[in-house]
Amino acid sequence: MNLGDLCNLVGGTAVCGTARLGDSVEYAFASDLMSDVLTIKSTDFILITGLANIQSIRTLEMSDASYMLLCRGKEVTPEMLELAEENGIVIITSPYSLFRCAGILYSAGLKPLY
Amino acid sequence: MKLEYKVEGGDFTAAGFASSQIKKILKQLNIDPSVIKRVVIALYEAEVNIVAHAYRGVIKAHIESGGITLTLEDEGPGIPDVEMAMTPGFSTATKAVREMGFGAGMGLPNISENADSFNIETIVGKGTTLTIGIKFK
Ligand SMILES: Nc1ncnc2c1ncn2[C@@H]1O[C@H](COP(=O)(O)OP(=O)(O)O)[C@@H](O)[C@H]1O
Ligand SMILES: [Mg+2]
Repeated sequence: MNLGDLCNLVGGTAVCGTARLGDSVEYAFASDLMSDVLTIKSTDFILITGLANIQSIRTLEMSDASYMLLCRGKEVTPEMLELAEENGIVIITSPYSLFRCAGILYSAGLKPLY
Repeated sequence: MKLEYKVEGGDFTAAGFASSQIKKILKQLNIDPSVIKRVVIALYEAEVNIVAHAYRGVIKAHIESGGITLTLEDEGPGIPDVEMAMTPGFSTATKAVREMGFGAGMGLPNISENADSFNIETIVGKGTTLTIGIKFK
């Protein structure tokens, strides 16, 4: 799924890494538990989360993953933004809940990791 | 190559800094990305454990042609029952730790999963030393 299309589907705003909105992603993983995200062996996934702090970006960095969808209108902190930019990470924010975002994207063909 | 980083207990903003630095160096050394991922995931969970459970610590990375040895030595409460601590789901983490996305008792099992060799030495009331070895090939 193209990231720009994904962004539109969830009524989202790309707040970081807008140059990469042409990228596509095939899989998604939804979690607020970073230890769980860190068990994922693959790197091609978008993290759908409500966790708006520096550790969610660190987790993507360590996972070699590049995309985050932050739900429920959570605010991206300046530290998150700085670290995301440094690592070429795309952050899309959506006013919808995690459940709604996941539902929309699953229906639109984004695949689950498990 | 030998590297060393200090880690402060309770400092969640800085947690992951050392892991990030070591990741950059391994990338420059052209190590296989899938091996780098295993190294930094094990290291990051271990670094977060110092921040979450100990007072302060030092991370040492020894990089040789064949692999990397990570030593994480902390001053802290130590681990009274290592076998129990290694059990998936066992956690004594505080609410603050859980709010950062950790504290589900998955850290030590995932370190063990990613490491080629893994050892825990701990003295209750003094501290804990983790040794993690990962081969490059
Ligand atoms: N460096 C450490 N110092 C003291 N206790 C630790 C340390 N690392 C882990 N522990 C203990 O082992 C438990 C399990 O650790 P872990 O599997 O990483 O899960 P979590 O950190 O999510 O609780 C911790 O809750 C804690 O009680
Ligand atoms: Mg832990």
